[in-house]
Amino acid sequence: MSKKMQITLTVNGETQELLAEPRELLIYVLRERLNITGPHVGCETSHCGACTVTMDGKSVKSCTVFAAQANGAEITTIEGIGSPDSLHVLQNAFREHHGLQCGFCTPGMITRATKLLEDNPNPTEEDVRFGMAGNLCRCTGYQNIVKSVLAAATELSAAKEAAE
Amino acid sequence: MNLFDYLRPASVSDAIAAWQPGAAYLGGGTNLVDLMKTGALQPGKVIDIARLPGLDRIESLPDGGTRIGALVKNSVLAGDPDFAAAFPMIAEALASGASGQLRNAATLGGNLMQRTRCVYFQDPHSACNRRESGNGCGALGGDTQNHAVLGWNDACIATNPSDLCVPLAALDAVVETQGPNGRRDIAFADFHRLPGDTPERETALEPGELILAVRLSSNAAASYQNSRYLKLRERTSFAFALVSAAAALQLKDGRITEARLAIGGVAAKPWRVPAAEALMLGQPPDTDLFRRAAAVALEDATPSGNNGYKIDLARRIAARSLALAAAGTPTRMPALPASVFGESAHV
Ligand SMILES: Cc1cc2nc3c(=O)[nH]c(=O)nc-3n(C[C@H](O)[C@H](O)[C@H](O)COP(=O)(O)OP(=O)(O)OC[C@H]3O[C@@H](n4cnc5c(N)ncnc54)[C@H](O)[C@@H]3O)c2cc1C
Ligand code: SF4
Ligand code: FES
Ligand code: FES
Repeated sequence: MSKKMQITLTVNGETQELLAEPRELLIYVLRERLNITGPHVGCETSHCGACTVTMDGKSVKSCTVFAAQANGAEITTIEGIGSPDSLHVLQNAFREHHGLQCGFCTPGMITRATKLLEDNPNPTEEDVRFGMAGNLCRCTGYQNIVKSVLAAATELSAAKEAAE
Repeated sequence: MNLFDYLRPASVSDAIAAWQPGAAYLGGGTNLVDLMKTGALQPGKVIDIARLPGLDRIESLPDGGTRIGALVKNSVLAGDPDFAAAFPMIAEALASGASGQLRNAATLGGNLMQRTRCVYFQDPHSACNRRESGNGCGALGGDTQNHAVLGWNDACIATNPSDLCVPLAALDAVVETQGPNGRRDIAFADFHRLPGDTPERETALEPGELILAVRLSSNAAASYQNSRYLKLRERTSFAFALVSAAAALQLKDGRITEARLAIGGVAAKPWRVPAAEALMLGQPPDTDLFRRAAAVALEDATPSGNNGYKIDLARRIAARSLALAAAGTPTRMPALPASVFGESAHV
């Protein structure tokens, strides 16, 4: 009854096995058990998007996912997107265009934006605003966040064209 | 959060066999998990149906209808080009709901079954007849801004929050289910229930019954050129409806040959009034006609508290959705889906 279960996750390409109670939320498994602290807890009520991760290819809010639900899933967090030595184009664009102030929402913003640009490499400003609506910034830096995502989109498309 | 047993059954029949009183099916979890965090719901057994095989397809039926599996994700359904072309107001309603991340997780079945956003329901320390029969209603005389103006009684004044369900009601969708007593079809009009004497029974589902799919007829797709969903909310994105309306028309030689109108945010189920629809038949589309139809649709409305404002808003949003439907479905999804702002929001 309600005992711990064996959970296997692939996080940023590495297989992780752990025992967890089914009710543990994915965000806490990542942060507290696996020490992957990029995804943040802003609200724990599915609103803010600070906990956004990519699960089996889709952005989700990891505070609304039970550890047990995620069993067997592939997960990407901000740690799997870029590193201080090799920033992802989006991370660099956020730096260049002042897309962050305190930085609390940024991991969720960028993780979400990677999927947004995969699905729609040439978004309009409205597409970005619509696609990022589930990510809240308490510093309210939305103008620059949108600017950063659009700048990254331009850079990624140019790079892709150059490669072709 | 309470402790619970977690199960991932391999088939629909295993899922149903595993069900017992106090158990809950888990789709995407975007509603159930949040309600378990506050303790409003405390199932002892969680049956994760998200990976059940065969329920994640959108199929065309031999009779021209469409069948959507209960596990099709909200984002997948809204983004399917053929589906959106045939049922644009369903796609628009879905796109106007929640956020990208939530639509990626939310399933069709879970959307139909999502619980009211009444804050007294969500707070386990408030009285609530829906959580527990005979407990009383904490909302009565409380904060009732977003509560019902139609079909309510003193037992419960909550509204159904789903955007998707409003066009499904307008289009006479059919819900396919399987339960301990076998399979059956439920007409959408009978799916959600008004509180009556049993506010704790929100839908027609029997204990343990599982939604398998939703079906739409070929006639439901016939109004694809003239259908709109419109949603008023406190901000233009990522917010539930205060009031909303789904309107679909068929027009021939400048006259209305079929009219469908359902109103959301006003009752425990999407609100449809046959007399309001009948009044438009044979008439040329016209603003005044739409105003009269909307007035009939809201005829029985009464505030359940501090929410009389909704009646006027619902009338206007209903009339405007009809006018927008008459003007024609936009060729592409509006940048702000279902919004009263932007270029697709004017006639
Ligand atoms: C912040 C936020 C904003 C939102 N905004 C909107 C909005 O603007 N508009 C809107 O319409 N919705 C909105 N939603 C609600 C969202 O659409 C629902 O949470 C979602 O559709 C539920 O689907 P799910 O698969 O995650 O359901 P779950 O949470 O998995 O389940 C919900 C309920 O359905 C039952 N259930 C699930 N599948 C089945 C089935 N096949 N058969 C029988 N029972 C089943 C479960 O037992 C549970 O009781 C919002 C949610 C959040 C958290
Ligand atoms: S309005 Fe309905 S859901 Fe809200 S507290 Fe009253 S009984 Fe519960
Ligand atoms: S912490 Fe998950 S959405 Fe805010
Ligand atoms: S930068 Fe501070 S919350 Fe967004």
